Amino acid sequence: MTEIFVLAEHRQGLMRDITYEMLTKAREIAEKTNAELTAVLLGKDVKEHAKTLAEYAKTVLLVQDPRLENFNSEAYRKILSKLIADHKPLLVMMGHTSYGVDLAPRLATALDLTLATDCIDLGFENEAFTVTRQMFGGKVNVKAAARKAETYLVTIRQATFAPQKPAAPTNGQITEIPSPLTEEITEKRFIQYVLPPPGGVDITAAEKLVGIGRGIKDVANMPMMEELAKTLGGVLGCSRPIVDKGWLPTDRQIGTSGKTVKPKLYIAFGISGAFQHVLGMKSSDLIIAINKDPKAPIFSFADYAVVEDLFKIVPPLKSKIYEVQAKKACP
Amino acid sequence: MDIVVCVKHVPETAEAELKIDATGKAIEKTGLVYDINEWDDYALEEAVRIKEKHSGTVTAITIGAEDSDSTLRKCLARGADKAIRLTDPKFEGSDGYAIAKILHSVIKTLHFDIVLTGMQAGDDGNAMVGPILAEMLKIPHATMVKKMELGTGTAKVNRELEGGLEEQVEVKLPALFSVQTGINEPRYVSIMGIRKAMQKEIKLMTLADTGLTENDVGPAGSWSRIEKLYVPPVEKQAEFLKGSPEEVATRIAEILRSRGLI
Repeated sequence: MTEIFVLAEHRQGLMRDITYEMLTKAREIAEKTNAELTAVLLGKDVKEHAKTLAEYAKTVLLVQDPRLENFNSEAYRKILSKLIADHKPLLVMMGHTSYGVDLAPRLATALDLTLATDCIDLGFENEAFTVTRQMFGGKVNVKAAARKAETYLVTIRQATFAPQKPAAPTNGQITEIPSPLTEEITEKRFIQYVLPPPGGVDITAAEKLVGIGRGIKDVANMPMMEELAKTLGGVLGCSRPIVDKGWLPTDRQIGTSGKTVKPKLYIAFGISGAFQHVLGMKSSDLIIAINKDPKAPIFSFADYAVVEDLFKIVPPLKSKIYEVQAKKACP
Repeated sequence: MDIVVCVKHVPETAEAELKIDATGKAIEKTGLVYDINEWDDYALEEAVRIKEKHSGTVTAITIGAEDSDSTLRKCLARGADKAIRLTDPKFEGSDGYAIAKILHSVIKTLHFDIVLTGMQAGDDGNAMVGPILAEMLKIPHATMVKKMELGTGTAKVNRELEGGLEEQVEVKLPALFSVQTGINEPRYVSIMGIRKAMQKEIKLMTLADTGLTENDVGPAGSWSRIEKLYVPPVEKQAEFLKGSPEEVATRIAEILRSRGLI
């Protein structure tokens, strides 16, 4: 029987959410295609994780090796090459994460698989394999057909499929395979994890956040935004370009590569809303977005949307907030 | 250190309103401003910085029609020594896999210690060309690189993981690195610099020069084929606040007041 592989992603002893998100989607595809769901777990001393995965998958293929303590795309590629050659799965899923991005393209090229990356949907329709993904920073969706292959490889966008346990535990079988790694991986070696330097402000603790993005245009406009945040009694957070430019420190970045926030109020100025940012703020209680582009993706996550140049909104908004506060102070 | 940097000429879409064209398979190009892909801009800067520190050459390569020359001119003005543009109508419709094959056909003939690419392009966002190219060149690679330190025969690089965490890995040279934004601060190029770069030669190559066949490139040589583009469905219907900036500001202040936020 044909199989669907899901590559379990874990780091520093913790299974990552993307694993369960993929297992949930893979279960749905497996049912439709009459395939069996197999979780693939590579690591060092990860038996406990294997037991958890067995609640989701029919089989857990487990490879344990001291050299797998930390992720190494070369070690993973060598092991997966063997597993894929032996099992010939119909589909292999991994996360569109820092790990999947490092591993999938090279694996697909080496094994002559067909690869689609950063998928937000996928499925087999009349024998053809199609995927849905996004282009232009989330402004456009694209449906694409994949070249016919014996095995398809996909990377899956994080937080796209809500993880769900199977109705009844699958009581999957854990099959441990001796590590096929024969020698040390010398071309690429993990050295250490590096934490960003601690900053002064914890944006995850803020009740009110003013989010700023590319639309701020110039560092000279930063004081104006700082002031607005202060007027509100909140703090400034931002999307990636602001940190890239060095206008705010790394610990103010909101999104997949930064912090996840859930304030009572999130006001976004000049942020288009690429998913990397949206995933970090979409659970905020109240979201107000100001952007010049009427089709900015951020609007589809906002409660209130304003299509306007942010520089026209900030000054009157600041004075209106003052007015309200003044009235409250002396009614 | 001889460095090859792969760049792409892409439309700037972060602040533009996009429309899907009549074919349903592409966006309307009119009115869009094109420039070097943002990630490639950082890759180019990193290449030039390595050259300045360790000496050597920087060769910039792109695939595209004549308008891509402006991106190559920018590379030359910023410090690249040579520029190559691969161009052929047969290249149209190539996905990341076919693009990597085309780039490989040229890069394998060059001397290099390091190949740099952007981690992804702002248009397709596949994040695949770098590692595919590394596999074809049979050299190690690391993606999403946020910091590079060169040693003897190796490079120590920081890769961006999730949630602000990074990992440091050591990679043997020659190697390919795909660069994440924020790795450096791309320098400003003066008009004079661009003018001077106008005199430098851009080497043109076509399918016939690559040793590839028609079946290796374009849709036939790709992993996937676009069926249709569409506007993403709305997750939550926002209420659009309309009126003058003054009126909008009043509404926002009122919303905040009514929710006890100010």
